[in-house]
Amino acid sequence: MEYFIQQLINGLTLGAIYGLIAIGYSMVYGIIGMINFAHGEIFMIGAFISLIVVLLLNSFGLSWLPAVLIIVLVMAMVFTSLYGLAIERIAYRPLRKSFRLAPLISAIGMSIFLQNYMQLLQGARVKPLQPMITGGFTLIDDGDYTVVLSFLQIIIIITTTIIVILFSFIIYKTQLGREQRACAQDRVMAELVGINVDTTISVTFIIGAALASVAGFLYLLYYGVVDFFIGFLVGIKAFTAAVLGGIGSLPGALLGGLLIGLIEVFWSAYFSIEYKDVAAFSILVLVLIFRPTGLLGRPEIEKV
Amino acid sequence: MTNIFSNRIISFGLHFIGVLLFFFIFQVEKSYGKDITIAVLGPMTGQYAAFGRQLREGAIMAVDDMNAAGGVLGKKIRLEIGDDACDPKQAVAIANQMVNKGVIFVDGHFCSGSSIPASKVYEEEGIIQISPGSTNPKLTDEGADNIFRVCGRDDHQGKIAGELLSKKFRDKNIAILHDKTAYGKGLADETRKVLHKNNKQEVLYEAITAGEKDYSAVVSKLKRYKTDIVYLGGYHTEAGLIVRQMRDQGVKAILVSGDALVTDEYWAITGDTGEGTLMTFSPDPRKNPAALPVVKKFREKNIEPEGYILYSYGAVQAWKQAVEKAGTLHVDRVTAALHKYTFDTVLGRIRFNKTGDVAAPGYVFYEWKMGTYDYYEE
Repeated sequence: MEYFIQQLINGLTLGAIYGLIAIGYSMVYGIIGMINFAHGEIFMIGAFISLIVVLLLNSFGLSWLPAVLIIVLVMAMVFTSLYGLAIERIAYRPLRKSFRLAPLISAIGMSIFLQNYMQLLQGARVKPLQPMITGGFTLIDDGDYTVVLSFLQIIIIITTTIIVILFSFIIYKTQLGREQRACAQDRVMAELVGINVDTTISVTFIIGAALASVAGFLYLLYYGVVDFFIGFLVGIKAFTAAVLGGIGSLPGALLGGLLIGLIEVFWSAYFSIEYKDVAAFSILVLVLIFRPTGLLGRPEIEKV
Repeated sequence: MTNIFSNRIISFGLHFIGVLLFFFIFQVEKSYGKDITIAVLGPMTGQYAAFGRQLREGAIMAVDDMNAAGGVLGKKIRLEIGDDACDPKQAVAIANQMVNKGVIFVDGHFCSGSSIPASKVYEEEGIIQISPGSTNPKLTDEGADNIFRVCGRDDHQGKIAGELLSKKFRDKNIAILHDKTAYGKGLADETRKVLHKNNKQEVLYEAITAGEKDYSAVVSKLKRYKTDIVYLGGYHTEAGLIVRQMRDQGVKAILVSGDALVTDEYWAITGDTGEGTLMTFSPDPRKNPAALPVVKKFREKNIEPEGYILYSYGAVQAWKQAVEKAGTLHVDRVTAALHKYTFDTVLGRIRFNKTGDVAAPGYVFYEWKMGTYDYYEE
C-alpha cells in the first residue's frame, strides 16, 4: 500500500506536467483544427528561459526563494508567450486559408527550426541547475517503506491546480473565453457577429505558450536539467494525452495527461519498465478504438 | 532540325562530362595530394557531447604536436572532425562521408553503438579504426583486422565491478539497471554474469530509457527492494538524474557504474548528491610519467585532460608510429605493423593483441569526491 501511494505521487507529478502541455495542444486544435507540433518546442524554450532567468537572478545576488520563483515564472510566461505569438504570426496565419495539410507541415518545420535554433544558440550539451528546493515530508514510515512527498512535488501539483482553475475561469467565464469558444464553433459566423478572429487566435496561442512555459519551469525545478531535445519526447507524450482525453477539450487534456503519467508510472512499478511506453500507447489505441473522440471529446458534427 | 538538336545534346553532354572530369581531378588532387587526412569521430552534439569534446581535444592536440614535429612520412596531417551524435544511423552516414573525403585513419567513435556499425564501413573501405572509448567486446571480437581500440573491454570492466560487488557488498541488496544501449546493456550483463558466478543474486534487474528525465518510478522501485547498491550500465546523464532523484526520495543507495561517468558534467548534474559514487575506469593516464609533458601542455591551454582526452591522443600516436614503422600508408601494411610492434604513447607502452585489443592493465575503481574523481580506497 505504501508503495502504491509513493508511485501514485510520482504519477500525479509527471501527469501534471504532461497535462499542462496537453492543454496547449487541445486549445489550438479546438480553435483552428490543427495540431501545433511546435508546442513541445515552446515548452523547451520555456524551460530554457526559466534557467536563464534563474542564473541571472543568482548573479544579481537575489536568493530569497519565493521572490525568485515568482519572478522566474512571470518572466518565463512573458517571453515564451512572445514566441507563441510570433510562431502563429509567421508560420500559421499566412496558411490559415490554405489546404489542411499546409499548416501541419509548417508546424513540423517550425518544430525542427526551433530545436536547431536552440541547439545552435545554447549548445548541444545538457544544462544542469543545482537543486533549489530540497527536502520533503515523510508521509508514512512503517519501518518497511517510507513514503516521501517532496516539497517540489507539492509545488508542482499545487501550481498546476491553480493555473488550470485560473485558465478554466478565463475560458468559461470571461468575454475573451466566450469569443474563443465562438471561434471554435464557427469561425465565419463569429467574424460576422463582430469578433476579431485573428486576435482571438493569437490570444489562444499566447495562453497555450504561457501554460507550456509553466510546465517548462516546473520541469526544470523537478529534474534539474534541460537540453534542446527535451521538447520532443515530452511533446509527443502530451500530444498523446490530449488525444486520449479528447482533443479540443480542456478537462480532457488534463485528464489525459494525468492518465498517461499514471499508466507509465504504475506499469513501471508493477511490471517491466522497458515496456512502459508500449503500455501507454497500447492503452491509447484501445481507447481510440472504443471511443474515437477520446475520453471527454465530443463527436464532430458535420456542418451542413 | 533534329540533327542540330542531337548535335546540341552531344555537345552539351561532352561539356558536362568535361566539367565532371575537371572536378573529379580536383577531388583526387585533394585527397591524394600533399596532406594525409585523418578523422576524429564521436558525439560532438547531443547529450553525450561531453565525450565528443574529449575525443576532439585529444585528437587536435595530437595532430598539432605531430605537425609541429614534421608530420608523418614527411607529410602534414589534416584532421577532419565528424559528429555521430552517438546514433548508429548517423555513425554509418558520417563513416561514408569520411570515405569520400579520403580519410585513411579514424580516431573514434566513442559510443559502442556507433563504433560497431561504422566499423563495417571501415572494414570494407580499408580504413584503420582505433577507438579510444568503445568498450563493448563485439567491436574487436567481430571486427576485422583493421579495427583496434586503446581502451579496455566491458567483459574486463564487468569482471572488476562484479568482483567488488560480490565480495565487498556481499550482504547488501544489489540492483542492476541498464539503458538498453550496446554499451550499457553489455556492461550490465557482464557484471551480472560475474555476480551469478560468485553466487550473489541481484534483487532487481531492469532497463531504463536513455534520454528520459523522469526516473521517479524506478527509484520508488529501488526503495521497495531495499536496495543498498545500484549498478548502472549507462551514461553520465542518466546516472546523474538517478542519483539526484534517489536522494529526493530519501534513498541512500550507492551508485556504481562504468567508464561513461568520467566527465565533470556528471558532477554538474548531481551536485553534492554525487558524493561517493563509484565507477570503473582504466588507470588514470594523467598519472603516467610518460604523459606528463602532454598533460602540462593541455593544462597550459586550460584543458584538464580528464576522461578520454589522453586516450584519443594515444590512439593517434599509435597509428602514427605504426605508419612510420611500416614506411607506407597502405592499409594492410599499417595494420600488420599495429599488430606487430609496441608503441610508446601517453597511455604508456602499448601493444595490440590478435583481436585488436590493447594488452595493458585493465580497470580500477574510482570514487567521486568533492567534484573530482580519484582512486577508490577500499
